[in-house]
Amino acid sequence: MFKILEKQVHSPVIKQFVVEAPRVAKSCKAGQFIILQINEEGERIPLTIADFDREKGTITIVFQEVGKSTIQLGEMEAGDYIKDFVGPLGEPTHIENVGTVVCVAGGVGIAPVHPIARAFKEAGNHVIGIMGARSKDLLFWEDKMAAACSELHVTTDDGSYVRQGFVTDVLKDIIEEKGKENIPLVVAIGPQPMMRAAANLTKEYDIKTIVSLNALMVDGTGMCGCCRISVGGETKFVCVDGPDFDGHQVNWAELALRQVYFKSEEQLALEYRECTCRNGGAE
Amino acid sequence: MADEKAKKTIDPKKHEMPVQDAKERAHNFEEVALGYDEETAVAEAQRCLQCKNEPCRKGCPVQVFIPQFIKMVAERDFDGAIKKIKEKNALPAVCGRVCPQENQCEKYCTLGKKFEPVGIGRLERFCADRELKMGVTVPEVAPPTGKKVAVVGSGPSGLTCASDLAKKGHEVTIFEALHVAGGVLMYGIPQFRLPKEVVQAEVENLKKLGVKIEVNSVVGKFSTVDELMEEEGFDAVYIGTGAGLPYFMGIPGENACGVYSANEFLTRTNLMKAYLFPKYDTPIKVGKKVAVLGGGNVAMDGARTALRLGAEESHIVYRRSHEELPARKEEAEHAEEEGVIFDLLTSPVEILSNEDGWVTGMKCIKYELGEPDASGRRSPIPIPGSEFIMDVDTVVVAIGQGPNPLVPRTTKGLELNKNGNIVANLETGATSKQGVYAGGDVVTGAATVILAMGAGRTAADSIHEYLTNK
Ligand SMILES: Cc1cc2nc3c(=O)[nH]c(=O)nc-3n(C[C@H](O)[C@H](O)[C@H](O)COP(=O)(O)OP(=O)(O)OC[C@H]3O[C@@H](n4cnc5c(N)ncnc54)[C@H](O)[C@@H]3O)c2cc1C
Ligand SMILES: Cc1cc2nc3c(=O)[nH]c(=O)nc-3n(C[C@H](O)[C@H](O)[C@H](O)COP(=O)(O)OP(=O)(O)OC[C@H]3O[C@@H](n4cnc5c(N)ncnc54)[C@H](O)[C@@H]3O)c2cc1C
Ligand code: SF4
Ligand code: SF4
Ligand code: FES
Repeated sequence: MFKILEKQVHSPVIKQFVVEAPRVAKSCKAGQFIILQINEEGERIPLTIADFDREKGTITIVFQEVGKSTIQLGEMEAGDYIKDFVGPLGEPTHIENVGTVVCVAGGVGIAPVHPIARAFKEAGNHVIGIMGARSKDLLFWEDKMAAACSELHVTTDDGSYVRQGFVTDVLKDIIEEKGKENIPLVVAIGPQPMMRAAANLTKEYDIKTIVSLNALMVDGTGMCGCCRISVGGETKFVCVDGPDFDGHQVNWAELALRQVYFKSEEQLALEYRECTCRNGGAE
Repeated sequence: MADEKAKKTIDPKKHEMPVQDAKERAHNFEEVALGYDEETAVAEAQRCLQCKNEPCRKGCPVQVFIPQFIKMVAERDFDGAIKKIKEKNALPAVCGRVCPQENQCEKYCTLGKKFEPVGIGRLERFCADRELKMGVTVPEVAPPTGKKVAVVGSGPSGLTCASDLAKKGHEVTIFEALHVAGGVLMYGIPQFRLPKEVVQAEVENLKKLGVKIEVNSVVGKFSTVDELMEEEGFDAVYIGTGAGLPYFMGIPGENACGVYSANEFLTRTNLMKAYLFPKYDTPIKVGKKVAVLGGGNVAMDGARTALRLGAEESHIVYRRSHEELPARKEEAEHAEEEGVIFDLLTSPVEILSNEDGWVTGMKCIKYELGEPDASGRRSPIPIPGSEFIMDVDTVVVAIGQGPNPLVPRTTKGLELNKNGNIVANLETGATSKQGVYAGGDVVTGAATVILAMGAGRTAADSIHEYLTNK
């Protein structure tokens, strides 16, 4: 059992937990994730390690409520226990000093980008952060991102905060302004369409781009193959070979199709939940 | 025992195993084989000839004292019988159900030369189930030695090794990647063949010996084998991480929606209980027509699971002929009775899908049997021009598994073979690294429960010796 020590509500659909998990905190690195299972009936859901405190033995997760499991998770409070919490999983992001790195975060992707930006900065890079969301109320961690990056640009799709536009618009401006030869690396994490758009853009400029894929998963240890995806024409298991991949090599169309594999079942799970809730508890 | 003389006329047939009706069971997840009752068990035990040379024992990879325990069953000394079995086999309730007896103990049974062999596996299961029902007595544990051993993986191999070491007085911790212990017994072999309650009862017994089980612990991630020894003070490590890496065919279309590895299909169903969705959150999608690729136990389990999940048709697609099916005979028979269709001498070449990425069919080619090869098996040869499209909407790939590279890759100085299996001395379990032992599927490649257990036991003996002399 893993105790939720703190809960923070960033928006009605974006929440943050600090969870007691000393074993994970001891060894995790930027770019890795955990898999949790709320209770006996729960499914195993992957979430990125957004922050960690090795001394206190804690892991921070930030999640967006998109379906049954994340909604149920969002109802939990500090002091509650999560049944299973395993990690760190996946390969850490390859961190090196390349000079300048642009870290692009879209929506809840701000959480996974944060430790990566921080690690690149600690490795001596000039880190240009770009964070954006649909609207102001979906933005969080501006302060933490400002600290993790050397400079930070904020944008909202609807213009409700700072500037109006997509993160890719800002990325394009920065590349044009600095010159592509001065930007050896881009990291882009967020919803799939955003990562795909970012990768398409940087491909035009021939700038290496790392994305973090959120394939469906079950075990997260390379045992089931559920998370497989074609990268550069080869099948890779996102949970053990990734989640980071070269955005220019990813078969985005395949990923998009596999992502909605269980769409009708997910809908059913939600309806079942609403029905059992109305009838007095999910027991 | 009243009529010793009458017993001399031996029943040529094994006492039949009561089973759930095939039509009914094809749609539920209840156990198929129901087990002998006391009278049937005693009667079956009385068929045994008590051969002096014990040929049956030689066929058992762990040399269970077969004639001895069967004699006890015949005499209704059931407590004695299970004790006798457990001297050699730590998981009899499991082995009695899943051992390929026809290739092992029962293959060598004297009675089998003229008649059907003694139902050794069924008797073993009977004794074990009875003990589980009556409550297991915890075996004696030697005084603490002060030595710590880490066991990586909680499949049959790791469980056996841990159990033996704990009895010898060592402090044992099992690290398991998943959220429950049991390995393939929990995530792979279906409920209808091996109820999960049976496996968990065995795991509970292990805890009573003082073994600590840390689930949610992926070695190679939260800690490496080297760190376990250097930082966490373990004096020895046993690696029993199994063969969990699923192989795919490498044919076009394999990443389409509707194509599962057998591991995913079975894990969703067994471990995550997708058959109880939406009460349980993990979904599974099975279409109307399912093709399972392969001919082993894993394939049979996939095909039978598909029927239970509601498929109208479930096919086994296998490259060779019926004789070569590597599955346990009983499983293939059960599958056939339940209505699984066998498409033999057939192999897929491409999986077809629609614009939404969903499987719409499978292009296959027919094979014929050629001349016997070096191993004496007639190898299948594709027939040119025999391609045809099989109408399926779900494909389950069950063509084998390899070792998961997580532990091998992160352990310094561990010798591997070209398939990625850990190289270990089969007589001792010792690897190329001092203090590190390995066994089960991670060493042999995908094999059987009893072999994995045997390897765990062998390694426990050598680890004990190593720790005693250290
Ligand atoms: C490596 C990795 C890291 C992730 N990190 C985060 C994170 O830090 N914060 C966060 O909010 N989300 C993260 N996700 C996504 C998160 O796992 C899913 O949102 C979650 O599993 C959805 O479960 P649900 O039952 O609430 O929704 P469901 O009802 O299952 O699904 C709703 C929709 O969410 C998507 N989805 C479902 N399951 C997954 C899944 N396993 N992975 C990705 N998308 C899925 C699908 O498009 C689906 O249509 C991550 C995913 C991966 C693979
Ligand atoms: C579907 C199916 C049906 C089968 N049917 C039969 C049958 O009828 N009869 C028979 O005799 N055999 C059968 N087998 C084969 C048999 O189950 C295996 O040979 C046996 O389970 C191997 O045991 P093991 O202990 O070596 O490994 P496993 O049972 O594979 O257990 C390995 C364990 O190690 C864990 N692990 C892996 N990596 C790590 C890590 N890095 N850190 C921590 N833990 C880790 C895994 O999660 C797993 O729990 C079947 C196999 C399958 C898949
Ligand atoms: S362990 Fe398996 S092979 Fe050995 S006697 Fe029991 S059923 Fe037969
Ligand atoms: S070989 Fe068969 S008949 Fe002979 S002792 Fe063994 S089980 Fe009994
Ligand atoms: S999630 Fe099972 S192999 Fe990646």
